[in-house]
Order: sequence, then C-alpha cells, then structure tokens
Amino acid sequence: MLKISGWSLIRLYTILIYAFMFAPIVVVLVLSFNPEQFGSFPMKGFSLRWFVKLAHNEPILHAFKNSLILGSLTAVFSTAVGILAAMAFVRYEFPGKNTLNTLLISPIMIPEVILGVALLLFIRWLQQPKSFALLVIGHVVLTLPYVLLIVQARLVGIKREYEEAAMVLGANALQTFKEITLPLLTPAILAGMLFSFTISFDDITATLFWATAQNQTVPVKIFGMLRNSISPEINALGTVMIILTIAAPLLAGYLSRKFAKGA
Amino acid sequence: MQEKSWKPWALLGPALSAVFFLLVVPVCFIVVYSFWLRAPTGADIPAFQFGNYAKFFADFFYPSILIRTIRVSLETVALCLIMGYIPAYFFYQSQTKFKSLLLLLIMLPFWISFIIRTMSWINILGDTGLINYFLIKAGMLSKPLGMLYNEGSVLMGLIQYLLPFMILNIYVSLEGIDKSLIEAARSMGCTEWQAFKEVTLPLSLPGVSAGCLLVFVLTAGTYLPPMILGGPGNEMIANLIFKRVIGTLDWPFGSAISVMLLTLLVVIVWTYNRYLGIGQIFKSLQ
Repeated sequence: MLKISGWSLIRLYTILIYAFMFAPIVVVLVLSFNPEQFGSFPMKGFSLRWFVKLAHNEPILHAFKNSLILGSLTAVFSTAVGILAAMAFVRYEFPGKNTLNTLLISPIMIPEVILGVALLLFIRWLQQPKSFALLVIGHVVLTLPYVLLIVQARLVGIKREYEEAAMVLGANALQTFKEITLPLLTPAILAGMLFSFTISFDDITATLFWATAQNQTVPVKIFGMLRNSISPEINALGTVMIILTIAAPLLAGYLSRKFAKGA
Repeated sequence: MQEKSWKPWALLGPALSAVFFLLVVPVCFIVVYSFWLRAPTGADIPAFQFGNYAKFFADFFYPSILIRTIRVSLETVALCLIMGYIPAYFFYQSQTKFKSLLLLLIMLPFWISFIIRTMSWINILGDTGLINYFLIKAGMLSKPLGMLYNEGSVLMGLIQYLLPFMILNIYVSLEGIDKSLIEAARSMGCTEWQAFKEVTLPLSLPGVSAGCLLVFVLTAGTYLPPMILGGPGNEMIANLIFKRVIGTLDWPFGSAISVMLLTLLVVIVWTYNRYLGIGQIFKSLQ
C-alpha cells in the first residue's frame, strides 16, 4: 500500500512539473485567439483578428524574412563546419583529441552577453559596421557547439567498414562517397541543420547586440514590442512561432524516415 | 596510417579557426579593452590602468548586482534541483510505454521561442493574468496581487528555461545505474527507501552535480528573464553589461564587467572540472 501511494505521489509531482513547463505555452496559444483589445483574461470569444492584423504588419513580415534567411544561412555554414569537425573526432586518432573536443564544445557555457560584446568589439577594432554578415557569423559561432554535439552522436554509428567494403568491391573514392558515405550522413546533416536553424531563429540575447534597425529578427522585434505593453498581437505572433518550431522537427523526423525508407 | 595524420587537422581546420578568430581572439579583446580609458568625449583611449575595475568596486552599487547575480543563480539551482529530481526519477523507474514521448515533451520547450516563453509569464502572473483572474473570480481577492516584476517572477522565467537541463542531466546519470544493484540491495533486506538512499541517490550524484553546474553557469549569464520579468531592483550582471555597452557606449567599463563575469564562471567551471570532470555535462546534451 505504501509503495503504491509513494509512486502515485511521484507521478502527481511529475504531472505538476509538466503543467508548470507548459503553462506559459498554453496560455499564449489560448490568448492569441482572444478578440479583446488587451491581451489578457477573460476570453471573450474566439477570433482570428490578431492573426489577420499580424499578416498585414510590414515590419514583422520583414523581420520574419530576416529570421528565415539568417536561420538558413546559419544552418548551412554551421552544419558544414560541424560535420567536418565531427568526422575528425569520430574517425581519427590524434594527439590532443579530447582537449580539442572540449574546447570546441565549451562555448555552450559562455554567456551570450560575453559573445555579443566580444564580437562587437572585434568588428569595432576592424572598423566594420554592424551588418547582416555579423549576424550570420555570430550565429554560426553560437550554434557550432550544439551541431558538433548532435552530429558527433549520430556519426558514431557509421562504421568505416561500409566504405572499405565498397572500395574492395571496386567503387572509386567519389562513388564511395556518393553511394555510401553521403546517404549514411544524411540524418546527421538534417539533425545539425534543424538544430542550428532553430537556435538561430530563437536567439535573442546575442542578437540584440548585433542587430541593427534594418536587420531585426523576429525575437528582437518582439522584444521591442514588449517595451510598450503586451499586446494581443504578440500572443498571436507567439502562436505562429510555437507552431513553426514544433512543426519543423516533426517535418524533419518525417523526412528522415522517408529518406531511410527510400535508401 | 602515418600518411593520413594530416587529415583530421584538415577536417578540424574550419571549426578551429572559427572558434579561434571569432571567439578566442574577440574575448582577448574584451580583456585588453577593460584596461583602456574612456575620454569625456566618449572615445576610447588605449591604456593600461585599473580604473574600470576600481570604478566597479568604488561603492556598493555594482558589487551588489554581482552578489545578486550569484544569489539568484544559487536559488535557481536549488529550485531546479527540487523540481527536477523527482521527474527524472519518474522517467527512470516508469514502465510506461509513453516514456520516450514524455521525455520528448520535456525537451519540447527547448525548441520553443525563449522570448515567447519568458514573456508569457506576464500573461500568467500579471494584474490581469491567469492567476489573478481566477483568484478574483473565486472571490479570494478583491484587487489583483502584484506578482510581477520581482525576484519571484524572474525565478519563474529562469526555472522554466533551465529545468529541462537539470532533469536531463539527472536522468542520464540515473539511466546509467545498473538496476541489479538496486535489486541486490532489496534482496539483502533494504526497504525501497533505503535502497534509494544507499544505492540510487549516491550513484546519481554525478548527474546532479553536472546539472547544478550547467544551471548555475547559464543563470549567471542570463539577460532576458530579469529584463522582461524583473523590476529595477532585479537587474543582473548581464543587464548591466548590456546597458553599459549598448546603452551608454562605455566600452572599457562594459568590458571590465564582462571580464569579471567571465572570471567568475571560469573559476567555477575550472574548479568543478578539477574535482569532478566536465565530460558528464555534454553527455546529457546529446
């Protein structure tokens, strides 16, 4: 009897923690459909009013475009650099391997404020203005450690033997890469790109240092809007962001399964 | 194999140069700048003096922000530990077939916009927010309870952001425990609680300490929750840096504060690594 009640307490506690974690998300989703002028309770019906208003908000659409381009460029560069480094760590033995691995991953623990100031000081010294390129470079530095961690975990499973078998059977280096290595790498590449895209798309702190009035991303825009007060439009924008960031991993999961079947 | 020894270095080249030129070198710039002078005109003058550091410690205003940062970080660590251990234990012991789904769900907020999650606490704690609305409707309050813009609301935002890191670190460490050890303890007459206390808990400590370190370090450098959910008295060190660098363009002083934050974190991480090893932390992030 005691065992059962102890376990149900643990289960109840866990459910409460889930409620805590999801409360802010659920509240945004619910409030974004409130037609009221002020984004707060009580709910006075169900309306898409704020989504329609959002769709006509030029500055936000512009920020969305910026965020998408920035996220995509970050994903490409960060994953390319990350995959190469991960191959070195997974495939080869060389002196200082563990130290270098820790060195490349440790930026995760450096506060974004420090990264923000550091890169800004650096381009100031180079006498360059803040630009979109700075955002891309900054976001690659921010996402690289995560990409390296994710991709490395995926790559461990790919055995050297597959490639050697292809070579023995008469494939040349290019064929081996195209037929064996690349298909095996695809899930790792997708995971890396998805991860870096999401981190870049969501990033706020470092981006606040690097963004200019022309290069605002969606989170920077939201941050600016919050200075006035919390409007229902922000909740609607939040709903769009939540749906996007949940849909993206699901889509990637679906695609990678499709790839796996096709192979 | 000898002739292949250059290959890993070629593969590592882009990553190493990115980290060196875009991280190591710029951080060195912060250190150099922290010794520079700021002219009354706002220009930076190369120098080697400790004026920026002296200014920081000249009165109690700036050190109190540093102390508050450390205090809030410790509070966040403690609360994440209290809130995180039991769910992690639940994942470890649970037989449910939805376990991987539940784990995925606890990771889900990680994918969702940080600023939206932080901002939404205003919807919950604000004067016209969820809690006040229900309490007033239920007749328990006549006017809204001020729950926003204080240390409590900042902690809500911080915990919501950092709890998954704590849970995952503890879970990874629990998952590594050989269950037959617990069975052995039970068969030798331990009660379930004793088996937990003598076997499971000590073996999960590496995950606990890794989670604590990660949460502390991430809280100490945090900018957004105190900015959005805190009042004027809840400023943390990152807010101060932003204000000095972007607000008043005082680069040398902003650099000096950055150096102090970085030093604090390096000392903590280095000490941790010296005695406990840092590898554990990266395990959970995979």
